[in-house]
Amino acid sequence: MAEVRVCKKGEIAEGGTRLVKSGPIEIGVIFHKGAYYAYRNVCPHQGGPACEGLKMPQVVENIGEKGVHLGQVFNEEDMHIVCPWHGWEFHLKDGTHVIDPKHRLKKYDVIERGGEIYVSI
Amino acid sequence: MLTGTQDFQGEAQRDFRDLASEEFDTRTLLRNAADQAVVRKYEDFLIVDTDSHHYETEAFKEIAEYIDDPVMRYEAKFQGHSRGGFTAETGSYQELAGRITRYPLRKTEKVPTTKHRDLTLMERWMDAMGVDMAVMFPTPMLNLSNCPRIQVEVTMAKAYNRWLCDKILTEDPRIKSMLYLPFHDPEASYEIVKEFADRKGVIGFMVTSTHYKANYDNAYAKTYHALQERNLPLGFHAAFTWTDQSLQLCNRFIGVHALGFSWCNMLHMTNWVTNGMPERYPNLKTLWIESGLAWIPFLMQRLDNEFMMRTSDCGLLKRKPSEYMREMFYTSQPMEMVDNREALELTFKMINAETQLLYSSDYPHWDMDLPSTIYDLPFLSEQSKRNILGANAQRLFNFDPVWSPVKLERKAARAAKAGRAAEPAGV
Ligand code: FES
Repeated sequence: MAEVRVCKKGEIAEGGTRLVKSGPIEIGVIFHKGAYYAYRNVCPHQGGPACEGLKMPQVVENIGEKGVHLGQVFNEEDMHIVCPWHGWEFHLKDGTHVIDPKHRLKKYDVIERGGEIYVSI
Repeated sequence: MLTGTQDFQGEAQRDFRDLASEEFDTRTLLRNAADQAVVRKYEDFLIVDTDSHHYETEAFKEIAEYIDDPVMRYEAKFQGHSRGGFTAETGSYQELAGRITRYPLRKTEKVPTTKHRDLTLMERWMDAMGVDMAVMFPTPMLNLSNCPRIQVEVTMAKAYNRWLCDKILTEDPRIKSMLYLPFHDPEASYEIVKEFADRKGVIGFMVTSTHYKANYDNAYAKTYHALQERNLPLGFHAAFTWTDQSLQLCNRFIGVHALGFSWCNMLHMTNWVTNGMPERYPNLKTLWIESGLAWIPFLMQRLDNEFMMRTSDCGLLKRKPSEYMREMFYTSQPMEMVDNREALELTFKMINAETQLLYSSDYPHWDMDLPSTIYDLPFLSEQSKRNILGANAQRLFNFDPVWSPVKLERKAARAAKAGRAAEPAGV
């Protein structure tokens, strides 16, 4: 299993993304709330660079008694990676599509060692 | 700033990219599309994109100069031509509040000053996707039909068509267009066909389908006749409008878009067929643009079923509605592809896709389709793929192929490599 160096710890700002290459494979490394996530930068839809998209929270529709619609809010606990080509959304935590988990971004393990960040390929 | 191909390639070869400091560039956004083009060897066949767009808003100052009427010209320059934001009556948020990043970022894209900006932007995405030739349409003008002042529609149509012919179509033989007809004014539509039919790069004319006008009206007879005589296809380019009374019941863009883009063409197609237009203009080819494909089998079945009970209602028809529809042409995007392979395959069969379907991307709009959406379909033969991706369009529009220089280069490189490999050792 090879390791690709990404950056020094702290180099990616909160919510930021760095893209690294290993041969032809491009991997997006995202830093969010103290954790690093790494995915292949290819969307299962039409192949777009999903990791380059916005990171947006899940939109939640609030429903009250008797099914009355109360409005929308963001759920910041469930961040999504939004592919910039057409807007397919994937859970930041595991890379699965937010509705149909059979579509997923390929996930890689992130290793923190000696103040450096690596992705294991 | 990236100024040329070399700088761009240099940028691409860096071993990391930090999005926080990266400028927007179409070629970066579409880098994965370029990879698809290489893997699938698109250089081996012609790809024609029959529905793509530019934003005429960005060139509006130039277009306004083409307005004849000095009072309207003054007004146009003062008002500009753009959409109205959050509270606009059109209410569109098709860019998903910025999630489709090319919408907000495209205006920041740097281009060389040696060429028209629209040409550079077109060529960048075409070369990335492996598209050789593209039929280019405007964007906000698709809703020009909603302007209550018919004179504004006519004036804009003329000014835009002149600008397009002068600044874009004469400059790049890879870009073609079907020109805008101001359908609210049948006489002006006819004049536009006469004025522009012979201009370079004009391969047909187009009605934006949100027009609330009946296409069987005798007032259009001479326009259709003129098109038929010149062997120029008539396109119905779908659009949505949130000003439509029934669509105003939708509170989500998905509703107004999913319904609006198919409904307008279902309506025009129904009128076109039931009034026997294919019998009245047997050599006039029609192209139904940007409604996807799922509406066609539905309408074929629905009309056939009712027609067999009401043949007297459609005195001109000698065959079932679906048989006429099967002879018309359709663009592919936005192709309904999620979890319905069998339905899609049947649709292809029902519309005779092998000869009647034309690939379209709709780039740069949010629901664009890459050539791989056609190329990767497992139920198509290699020849059918090539027909849909380019050969059908070439046949319909009858134009000489102009290849993407990027594809030509790739093909030459492959040939050179094969030649070297074939050379006997020691030579
Ligand atoms: S390619 Fe990612 S949403 Fe379409």
